[in-house]
Amino acid sequence: MSFLDYAPAPESRSVVHLRPSYGLFIDGAFVDGHGTPFPTISPATEEHLAEVATADEHDVDLAVAAARKAYDRVWSRMSGADRGKYLFRIARLVQERARELAVAESLNNGKPIKESRDLDIPLVAAWFFYYAGWADKLDYAGLGANPKALGVAGQIIPWNFPLLMLAWKIAPALAAGNTVVLKPAETTPLTALLFAEILQQADLPPGVVNIVTGAGATGQSLVRHPGVDKIAFTGSTAVGREIARATAGTGKRLTLELGGKAANIVFDDAPFDQAIEGVVNGIFFNQGHVCCAGSRLLVQENVHDDVVDRLKQRLSTLRLGDPLDKNTDIGAINSAEQLERIRELTAVGEQEGATPWSPACEIPENGFWFAPTIFTGVQSSSRIAREEVFGPVLSILTFRTPQEAIAKANNTPYGLSAGIWSDKGSRILAVADGLKAGVVWSNTFNRFDPASPFGGYKESGYGREGGKQGLSAYLAPSGGVS
Amino acid sequence: MTIDTGAGARPAGAAPSAGAARALDLLDGPVTDTTLRRYLEGIPGVDAVGLEQRAASLGTRSIKTTSKAMALDRIIELVDLTTLEGADTPGKVRSLVAKAITPDPSDPSCPRVAAVCVYGDLVPVAVEALGSLHAPKARAAGNGEGIAVAAVATAFPSGRASREVKLADVADAVRNGADEIDMVIDRGAFLAGRYGQVFEEIVAVKEACRRPDGNDAHLKVILEVGELVTYDNVRRASWLSVLAGADFIKTSTGKVTSNATLPVTLLMLEVVRDWHRMTGEKVGVKPAGGIRTSKDAIKYLVTVAETAGEEWLQPHLFRFGASSLLNDVLLQRQKLHSGHYSGADYVTID
Amino acid sequence: MSRLAVPKTYKLYIGGKFPRSESGRSYEVVSAEGAFLANAAQASRKDARDAVVAARAAGKGWAGTTAYNRGQVLYRIAELLEGRRVQFVDELVRSEGLTSERAEAAVDLAIDRWVWYAGWADKYAQVLGNGNPVAGPYFNLSVPEPTGVVAIIGPQTGEGHSLVGFVSAVAPALVAGNTVVVVASEKAPLSAISLSEVLATSDVPGGVVNVLTGSPQEIAPWLASHADVNALDLVGAGALDWVQLQVDAAETLKRVLAPEDGVGAAAPSLDRISAFTETKTVWHTKGLL
Repeated sequence: MSFLDYAPAPESRSVVHLRPSYGLFIDGAFVDGHGTPFPTISPATEEHLAEVATADEHDVDLAVAAARKAYDRVWSRMSGADRGKYLFRIARLVQERARELAVAESLNNGKPIKESRDLDIPLVAAWFFYYAGWADKLDYAGLGANPKALGVAGQIIPWNFPLLMLAWKIAPALAAGNTVVLKPAETTPLTALLFAEILQQADLPPGVVNIVTGAGATGQSLVRHPGVDKIAFTGSTAVGREIARATAGTGKRLTLELGGKAANIVFDDAPFDQAIEGVVNGIFFNQGHVCCAGSRLLVQENVHDDVVDRLKQRLSTLRLGDPLDKNTDIGAINSAEQLERIRELTAVGEQEGATPWSPACEIPENGFWFAPTIFTGVQSSSRIAREEVFGPVLSILTFRTPQEAIAKANNTPYGLSAGIWSDKGSRILAVADGLKAGVVWSNTFNRFDPASPFGGYKESGYGREGGKQGLSAYLAPSGGVS
Repeated sequence: MTIDTGAGARPAGAAPSAGAARALDLLDGPVTDTTLRRYLEGIPGVDAVGLEQRAASLGTRSIKTTSKAMALDRIIELVDLTTLEGADTPGKVRSLVAKAITPDPSDPSCPRVAAVCVYGDLVPVAVEALGSLHAPKARAAGNGEGIAVAAVATAFPSGRASREVKLADVADAVRNGADEIDMVIDRGAFLAGRYGQVFEEIVAVKEACRRPDGNDAHLKVILEVGELVTYDNVRRASWLSVLAGADFIKTSTGKVTSNATLPVTLLMLEVVRDWHRMTGEKVGVKPAGGIRTSKDAIKYLVTVAETAGEEWLQPHLFRFGASSLLNDVLLQRQKLHSGHYSGADYVTID
Repeated sequence: MSRLAVPKTYKLYIGGKFPRSESGRSYEVVSAEGAFLANAAQASRKDARDAVVAARAAGKGWAGTTAYNRGQVLYRIAELLEGRRVQFVDELVRSEGLTSERAEAAVDLAIDRWVWYAGWADKYAQVLGNGNPVAGPYFNLSVPEPTGVVAIIGPQTGEGHSLVGFVSAVAPALVAGNTVVVVASEKAPLSAISLSEVLATSDVPGGVVNVLTGSPQEIAPWLASHADVNALDLVGAGALDWVQLQVDAAETLKRVLAPEDGVGAAAPSLDRISAFTETKTVWHTKGLL
């Protein structure tokens, strides 16, 4: 027996008590939806977890009406201090139920429990805690004295960080004094529904947060609803584009957090062992289902072979499998559809002449899985170097000079994030200056914090989430909504 | 100045010492302060935050059931059971040896430790107490690996003595039957940038570890990471020691406030892994001081296995320098076997 | 003794040069009373394209100047305007039909607005940026950076719009280091072209400001859909199908500012500067060891 064949160390599912079916959360209560309910599954096993309601146009209408009523009668009249107290309560309740939420997240999303436990859920609590404190300090948000909430915010979130994206959206919206109708992703509704229970425990006034589950059509209804003052969306650039079109001329405020094709730039003087970790974390964290994933490794040509070698050695220690096993590094792909997209793009990568490599790893029989893969010999013109794969697939390209690194890094319609690895401070800062990316990680990657603004340039969207900037996205100067 | 690579201490015609050969190969020329500095300072830096995060992440591995049982036994097999007190007596050493031979009298399946580690003057006591279980005798008799005797030497722990005294210290321990020498580097010389001096001393000590019968004592080089302080220093000192011929690189004496940590051990493992990638040679690593619980020790096993490879989890490539760790492992072992928690009265005090 | 005046030819301003429209077209500009003033160039989609190319090419240099320097360059524009007050007053009187008093007030306002925005160049980043106290060993700083190429449909109505409105839309975009392609007032393009002459003789590098005259209705869709334009200011597009322009702009997720009406359009504000900035957040590890 090999020591490295770590015995199974599964996190217990007993902390999660799922109901057989979930309704919509409207006006403080779970209600039936008028659309056809849909099953939600574990992508790791395809096990049926629960039946979830679909909100049709009528349901969305009810949710927006509830949000409007709560805004007019309760939330907009409440003191900032009291709004903050509700958010603090929520932060604490999330901490108290952290394990349950982590297990539910891994079940429904397929992400490793170590990530949901150590990253997603702690950050959810941190996000509410951070914005709670803002609620009675809006004068300092950068919009002058007495800024105003926008009204009802429609929020649509993706499946890659289901509860964390919910927190990114709801916490600043409520702190600023808005009420919310939130639509979770179709494949990952469960933690949002558990969160609705938390809102009940927090005694949040009915209608302040409404959660409508469903597929794309539900989101469309929300985007097009005339009673919505603000749309915040995180997801694909294609859908973001549609939303930008749909809201054009409506006066709805819009923030978009879309796709990316981040370059992780490794110079020949990088702290190599940490750079390798950063590259691995950059693309294989959350199965690469990360909009800011470092999906393009730009490595200085003179160290290319060595870096690839080290990378391969490191990848061989990654453990793919049961998301609930505490030793799992790579969990399941979130859906059959996403798996298909990853397969398609990697097939294209091969056709284009790039060379794929994956460590030996056993792929479970059921569920959706894709082995971590790196492509060498990728050219800037390859589709896998240009399109967002949103999976555990790394494209490796080379550069010769810092100028060339910057040019290649920026040579994409996206501009969400980038990484720089070097021991030379002045070069790091100059390269950071040159990168068209909203977040630049130097000698680290994929770090998130509620105090740190996050969001992209160009087709990666507009607006920032996190920090003061994330708050002001839900506010207008006292003169009115501009 | 060209550093004496030990050639002078060898009989004419003998092969160059391992250290000399390693360094000459890599530096591609004479070993001097300048060439060493150029090489060591040319090694890419370490980002402390990233290193510590990686170590913390390895520390979250969950080692349960059969893996835990395996880990606990392996830890025992990798322990250098240590006593390094001014108050050490022959009685204390004999007691330590007894514990090394029979860690858990209630369980004959319990493995033995790798070695006992004592001050040089107590080596004869340890050798005598081990009797037929002393490693060379055991091996000669085909009776397994036995238990080695390791001696700290070279004016341990400070290393502040003349070269002559240090070498005499080593020679004395080797003559008395020490199988392994745990030397300290001259941190003063290292921090002052006199890499050549540190190198030369390691080479000289390595020579002093030679026995006429060719059955040389193994050399563990203690970096005293708590005095080198920065990770960059630790990495350079690790490379320097490996180049000079160390069989093992060891974190600490256990005599300063900061001893073995997981990040520093990870860093040293990365060096020996890289050395192996480069040359095919395997050098051992020994964290020492401050590892007191099974939980901590398991994190080290994980770090070794996932960094250098599982083949490093053998006594000739990895050791724990520890004393109180052993009893915690025994308690955990008893819990695993019996299903209930054990207590301090059910393990022996050496 | 009367002297025969020498009238000016009003051309486009692209990449620091004053070309005629590549299309060879011009259109008649008349005074408020309908008298002929000039034949202005009627810019085509290809002129718009050339202007975007020029703006993109100038972007790196302009964004790369120090904030102090950028502030001085913008201030220098005010200095030069001041020296040519008479000309600008005269043009406003002729093209917008203002009384000379009101025209003087408008020119003063335009000059003062340059001064106000010039002063922001080395301050907006301090006001809009922030150090972030993240929970970990990281240096973390957010700073606003220019969005890139901004296409502006300049104000088309309101007293003094052809100068004050133009300046009010262009100046804030320049403060942060953006480069602009601006469509001047269709009816009253003279001030914009004269201002271009000021820009050309000031220290503003060629291509940083590109001015198109002609039909906003014809040019705007090409700018709105141009993939190398990063942001679209529709301040003067109220009479156009601006919703469609916004829809076109969505194709490449351009940042869009909505139309504004009247004399208050593009009122001076920090928001106008921040609207065309991107917050960049840089993380760096902090380790003592």
